[in-house]
Amino acid sequence: MMRTTHEIDATELPLRAERLLADGHRLALIAAHHDDDGLRVVYLFVSGPPDTRTELHVRLDPDRPEVPSLAHLSFPAGRFEREMRDLFGIVPLDHPLPRRLVRHFHWPRGWYPMRPDAGPAPAFGEQEGPYPFLEVEGDGVYEIPVGPVHAGLIEPGHFRFSVVGETILKLKARLWFVHKGVEKLFQGRSVAAGLPLAERISGDTAVGHALAYCLAVEEATGTEVPVAAQNARAMLLELERIHNHVADLGMLCNDAGHGVLNAQAQRVREQLLRLNKEITGHRLLRGGVVPGGAALHALPDPGRLKAIGEDVREIADLALGHSTVRDRFTGTAILHADAARTMGCLGYVARASGLGADARTGHPFTPYDGTGLTVPVHDSGDVLARFLVRAEEIDVSLTLIEYFTEGLSAPMTVLSPPPPSAAAPRTGVGIVEGWRGSITTRVELTPDGTLTRVKPVDPSFFNWPALPVALTDTIVPDFPLTNKSFNLSYAGNDL
Amino acid sequence: MSAVGYAAVAGQIVVVGAGAPLLTGWMRQVRARLEGRAGAGVLQPWRDTRKLLRKEPITPVGTGSAFRTAPALLVATTVVAAALVPLLSTDTPVSSHADLILVVALIALGTVALALAGLDTGTAFGGMGASREMTVAALVEPTILLSVFALSIPAGTTNIPAIVSGAVDEPGRLASPAGLLATAALAVAVLAETGRIPVDNPSTHLELTMIHEAMALEYAGPDLALVELGAQMRLTLLLGLLSSLFVPWGIATGTSWAALAVALVLFAAKVCLLGAVLAAAEVFWAKIRLFRVPELLAGSFLLALLAVTASYFLSGAS
Repeated sequence: MMRTTHEIDATELPLRAERLLADGHRLALIAAHHDDDGLRVVYLFVSGPPDTRTELHVRLDPDRPEVPSLAHLSFPAGRFEREMRDLFGIVPLDHPLPRRLVRHFHWPRGWYPMRPDAGPAPAFGEQEGPYPFLEVEGDGVYEIPVGPVHAGLIEPGHFRFSVVGETILKLKARLWFVHKGVEKLFQGRSVAAGLPLAERISGDTAVGHALAYCLAVEEATGTEVPVAAQNARAMLLELERIHNHVADLGMLCNDAGHGVLNAQAQRVREQLLRLNKEITGHRLLRGGVVPGGAALHALPDPGRLKAIGEDVREIADLALGHSTVRDRFTGTAILHADAARTMGCLGYVARASGLGADARTGHPFTPYDGTGLTVPVHDSGDVLARFLVRAEEIDVSLTLIEYFTEGLSAPMTVLSPPPPSAAAPRTGVGIVEGWRGSITTRVELTPDGTLTRVKPVDPSFFNWPALPVALTDTIVPDFPLTNKSFNLSYAGNDL
Repeated sequence: MSAVGYAAVAGQIVVVGAGAPLLTGWMRQVRARLEGRAGAGVLQPWRDTRKLLRKEPITPVGTGSAFRTAPALLVATTVVAAALVPLLSTDTPVSSHADLILVVALIALGTVALALAGLDTGTAFGGMGASREMTVAALVEPTILLSVFALSIPAGTTNIPAIVSGAVDEPGRLASPAGLLATAALAVAVLAETGRIPVDNPSTHLELTMIHEAMALEYAGPDLALVELGAQMRLTLLLGLLSSLFVPWGIATGTSWAALAVALVLFAAKVCLLGAVLAAAEVFWAKIRLFRVPELLAGSFLLALLAVTASYFLSGAS
């Protein structure tokens, strides 16, 4: 893995970015930083294989924090810039959609929470002007507002459907109801104290986010992680993938009104959660990945995993063999490959639309050669494709778990020796294929190992804009099914 | 009229009213066990009703009389229909008024009352549910009418007790092509009318997929208890009607207390069996896409039409 850093001038930025994007890089992250001498924005571009990571650092005038917008080059860049403006007050110049993103209606005007002088969150003040929804006009068009509080046990998000009859003309998702200030909470913590926070960025992705965080910290401190620990981490990552995939396969069937398969899938998931508790001491696998190594209480029993794999295959086959369920899945909410590529979609959403990117092949943290890793790709882009990709990924994950478990013994706690303290501030980047897609985390440390800035990016941040695009011309009663087939994280997006 | 006749009418109302939550609980329990779940128990709907009745009534601001009267109207129409339909006895003081068209109109009245209540709330979900329910109702009511009509042709009357007692005397009518076609058509119509899978999913929490539940979203407390009781009573009534029309044996045709008691036991057994079959079928079915619902209902309407045609020609020939 190589990471190169270029200090450039703001005026150079669009040209450099354009060249990197044309070179096959994707924009993985944009993070603003408050240094002693002013603001600095880091643009991280990655491509792989071979694993290449290129950072562009742009220093801004402290009195006029402005950057040229990259929104015309990259759709995700436009969203990162809006996020940065709401949190730091950095203005993207010539942004085509200069509306707020994170900022909620009643945040005080001119208050930017990520600035060092922001202080504790003030009381809600006067709202910063109206923020109307785009009204679709026409004969028989009406709006359905849904949420942010929903009928089921799901996270908060507001959806505004413009509908004619039952057909969706436009959907606007408004999120950031669970903005918790995670990035700010990281600041000033020690590396060890940052871990519990990383595990809770999105509760269902404890391993993914913890691992991305640990990899970033280890790169920053120059820690070599022992092979046994890397294998244990790879195994935990796959365990997390299957318990989430199994649950969602069941819930997709449930949303099609076929409850029996959901009951069975949740039974299998419960077995996996209990297995997780034996392995790491926590049902959602917290505590398994630690900075510098990994800790396991037990190893997964191959016999039990094999039985679980057979159950899951049977559930998936029954679902696909059911004509009504298959009919509900087929052709529903198609996300075309062009749209997925333009929006920078990641994970199974991208792989169901024919884009085969996977950080396990593009940015491996441990060698995946000869492990039996294959990346399932389907190209129809509908709910069925997302179902199939996830069903097939479970099989691959089970193979990988078997491979990585070999040679491990439990209970084990493998830690590398504590890294020497450094003379200068250090930075690191971790990229992990979590179950939803590639997670990127970038950290900056002081010489004594205190976190000055942690920027985690959940794949949901990239995938959320794809949901309304896929839903165009879908009917309203198919929205829940589509939403479940994407299953994006609100907490991981809202940070 | 004898005391037995009055007792039969009262019995029908009490059995449908008190038994409806039990039937729903029974169906949920059957389904849960078949899916490998423990289930909440047969009494759960009654516990829910008790809980809801203890809550304070809440009416959303801006709603009018349509919203407030709908729960009572829904239950009232079902009670009247339960009194008329020969569930326990064909010989009751009201049996001469138990016209087929009247019963279907009463059921439709309840549906319309709830749809108006959904519109009255002014919320997107209420309107959406009402619009979907009306689409379904417009396709279901003619099917119910036609399929029972097919059975009324041999009897020569649209009076339901007369049709039922005719069928008891002449079981051959039910095994005729017309009878079988009408059974199939009515069964589909009952599924749609009561909001079961594959048309609607009564157990879903997803607002956007709801039909019946979407109209009732704004109800709370005792009003919600009434709406749910009304829906459960309609299910019981329609399953009862189905069993009376196609498995009429055991229904009291005279004025003996013993026959009435036997009818009561057999009615409970028939409806429970029918409910169990329906619950078991739902385990294997999934909810069809909303735009496929008209296709399904048009199919059942066609069956009903064929039943009428067959009935007309076959009985005309004899």
